[in-house]
Amino acid sequence: MAQWEIVIGLETHVQLTTASKIFSGASTAFGAEPNTQASIVDLAMPGALPVMNKGAAERAVKFGLAVGANINRRSIFARKNYFYPDLPKGYQISQFETPIVQGGGLTITLDDGTTKFIELTRAHLEEDAGKSVHDQFDRESGVDLNRAGTPLLEIVTEPVMRSAKEAVAYAKALHGLVRYLDICDGNMQEGSFRCDVNVSVRKPGEPFGTRREIKNLNSFKFMQQAIDYEVRWQIEQIEDGKKIVQATVLFNPDSGETRAMRTKEDAMDYRYFPDPDLPPLVIDDAMFDRIKASMPELPEAKCARFQSEFKLPEYDARLLSQDSATAKYFEVAVKTGADAKLVANWIIGELSATLNREEKSIEQSPVSSVQLASVVARISDGTISNKIAKTVFEALWSGEGKTADDVIAAKGLKQISDVGAIEKIVDEVLAKSAAQIADYKSGKEKALMSIVGMVMKASQGKANPAQVNEIIKRKIS
Amino acid sequence: MSWNTFATVAETKAALEAKQVSAVELAKHYLDRAAQLNPGLNAYITLNPEKTLSEALSTDNKRSKGEVAPLLGVPIAHKDIYLIDGWRTTCGSKMLENFVAPYTSTVVKYMADAGMVTLGKLNMDEFAMGSSNETSFFGPVKNPWDTSRVPGGSSGGSAAAVAAGLAPASTGTDTGGSIRQPAMFCNLTGLKPTYGICSRYGIIAFASSLDQAGPFAQTAEDCALLLNAMAGFDPRDATSLDRAKEDYTRDLAKPLKGLRIGLPKEFFGEGNEPGVLKAVEAALDVYRKLGATTVEITLPNVKYSVPAYYVVAPAEASSNLSRFDGARFGHRAKEYDDIVDMYKRSRAEGFGAEVKRRILIGTYVLSHGYYDAYYLQAGKLRRLIAEDFKKAYEVCDVVMGPTAPEPSFQFGAKADDPVKMYLNDIYTICANLTGQPAMSHPCGVDENGLHVGMQIIGNYLDEARMLNVAHQYQLATDWHKKHPNI
Repeated sequence: MAQWEIVIGLETHVQLTTASKIFSGASTAFGAEPNTQASIVDLAMPGALPVMNKGAAERAVKFGLAVGANINRRSIFARKNYFYPDLPKGYQISQFETPIVQGGGLTITLDDGTTKFIELTRAHLEEDAGKSVHDQFDRESGVDLNRAGTPLLEIVTEPVMRSAKEAVAYAKALHGLVRYLDICDGNMQEGSFRCDVNVSVRKPGEPFGTRREIKNLNSFKFMQQAIDYEVRWQIEQIEDGKKIVQATVLFNPDSGETRAMRTKEDAMDYRYFPDPDLPPLVIDDAMFDRIKASMPELPEAKCARFQSEFKLPEYDARLLSQDSATAKYFEVAVKTGADAKLVANWIIGELSATLNREEKSIEQSPVSSVQLASVVARISDGTISNKIAKTVFEALWSGEGKTADDVIAAKGLKQISDVGAIEKIVDEVLAKSAAQIADYKSGKEKALMSIVGMVMKASQGKANPAQVNEIIKRKIS
Repeated sequence: MSWNTFATVAETKAALEAKQVSAVELAKHYLDRAAQLNPGLNAYITLNPEKTLSEALSTDNKRSKGEVAPLLGVPIAHKDIYLIDGWRTTCGSKMLENFVAPYTSTVVKYMADAGMVTLGKLNMDEFAMGSSNETSFFGPVKNPWDTSRVPGGSSGGSAAAVAAGLAPASTGTDTGGSIRQPAMFCNLTGLKPTYGICSRYGIIAFASSLDQAGPFAQTAEDCALLLNAMAGFDPRDATSLDRAKEDYTRDLAKPLKGLRIGLPKEFFGEGNEPGVLKAVEAALDVYRKLGATTVEITLPNVKYSVPAYYVVAPAEASSNLSRFDGARFGHRAKEYDDIVDMYKRSRAEGFGAEVKRRILIGTYVLSHGYYDAYYLQAGKLRRLIAEDFKKAYEVCDVVMGPTAPEPSFQFGAKADDPVKMYLNDIYTICANLTGQPAMSHPCGVDENGLHVGMQIIGNYLDEARMLNVAHQYQLATDWHKKHPNI
């Protein structure tokens, strides 16, 4: 494998968060009854004309500014002509020669902490197609045009990624960014964020190999699997002396394989030409300045601020600033007065682990940021230990109580810091631990740990560990 | 009631306002006349007397309640390319033989807002592709002046209906001359406004960057009254011009003293039938007597109009007509193997030969490797032609010449030779390519008594001046008052 270099470029379709469609007033809401959100324009009735939804353009400009791209103040819509049942006009309105966003890029962070700048070729506005329905009618197919005309921003990278890991890291970073900018809800199950991955392999230093495009990946896990399979397949082909034929392929999550759906020989000629129904899309100074002024704080800036304002280490700051929901969760918690580093530890540690395990996003977390802050506050003021805090957190997660204090009171989890009370428990334990005491006195440090453990157990974990340690030492030395 | 079927819109409006006639009486009159004469002329594809009479009654009720509207109760017939909610809208094609429109086009709505009553839907070349009305699936329209001859196209039904007194006025659309050429062939006044003046929303698209709605009437004054109703910004058409309403009748009375008429030498060459040139020269003499001066100009790139047009128009059409695929509306083949077969059969059965020819040309010129050579080049030519006109307007106010090089021809005369047919639009196409307003008014007959039209091309948004020019000519002449004996 080592002698092969993998070359990957991504095209991502990002559904923009406008309430209405890109060229009609119909709603973009997901999940309605088929064809109830298709206007005369979306149905491509004779005589119907598209009118640009400026909200979609604003979101595209926002993205362009966030990735440091060139914003074309005058971009052109073009028709991409082909026949398909889910494409009612017989053409898709897209942008071809002059897209709204050109260039720019974003920095990705890999698991080992290294970073890489991924250059973007362009991002252009276009309309989504409808949906063919094949399983509801006998020997006939249906078409649902609710999705037809939904605004998309197609974001295209240069072929600069060199591993599946980089591709996935880029997709995740992009996913975070578009949600940050609030231009896409990021819902991958509903198809709001879909990736086409162009994959080829070559010997290092050689020209690009022939690429195959894996279409419509809507999960990071599938992306990783699909690229891994595709790369293995391409290398095998070449090593068997076969040539790669340019093709569009689909990934089957059940078999874990990719399969060609069409090759370049039957590639379509889309007959692009400027759409005469739509004048050039002009972003004037007023609009441009307004969008610029409305830009949210971007992850890089936020990461820097978290380090300076909250004295967080860079690692914590980067993790917390990667997506806006996590950053918001953190900031709300800290605003209540909770210790920033402790809050960071809890978000990165216990909270993330629990969310992952239960396959929930941070927005869906049953423990709110204010609740987590209440837990952290009780750790800070010595009411509970870190260990007990986990019990409190779990109780809050399962809805037993509204605040940490409720849970602590209801379950009697308050830490015992009263010297007399702790001495009493220590005395009881020591009375039954002659052997351990002897070991300790003969120099076995481990014996002390064993005694501490017994005391903690006897206190049901509530004794203040530092005090327990100190009292035992004082009593047996 | 006896009603002069050739009353102008202005006269009809006055009679309604003076309560000499009711909208219902008018509607009945034209419906009766259509019932009698349409079988021979084939100008209307669809009449719906019940709807028409109920609309007429409602305008009469409005009037009796004291409501006013500029053209309240005046009947109008629409080219069958305009969608009207609840009316069958065929575009002259088998593809839409049974298509009932689910909404109303903006122009028809604006005219209804002005109080106009829809008489019916008028025959036309299929998808507005033709210059003789012979491509209609519903059969050719006969020229009321001579039923062995064509009425012109593509708005042939619109011209024939008004010429024969089956409607006082009508709407058409003009993509390469489809209002002006039939206006000439049927001795009417017809106007194609500046691109963007009338909304294209709800008009079935032929070539989006060229299509423009406009009126047919007997006089320039009527055209001004009709344009007042038709024109106006429409937020549903992104190419509609966002500007204040204007009154196109405001300059009608202005004398023509000092008017500078540009005569492009390219419009007065050998391609014209001698009788056409003679009539045009005589009309120019009238203009000079009215105080205008003429100046020879040159439009060196205008000779590329036809080739540029036959790249741009089919290219846009090939894409615009893709939606007629049999999936959601329109003709669908009875039997097919799969989806691709359904497309193929439905379109093969639903479209006529001329439409297919243009889809093929358009698909070809947009194909990979040909786009630059054809579509981009044609775009450059459009700009060059516009530059020519810009220069011309430094020395003249309007440009004049024959509307078409020859008058109405016999059925079948050009039907087998598309290029010959296309050359009939040689003088009209340039105004579509540039987007300028242009009109045609009657200006005499040739040696065979066939009608000749004078084309007036104006600078952008100069409709009021052009209508003034034609109106002053019509005050001094009576060619426009001649009607076929039918």
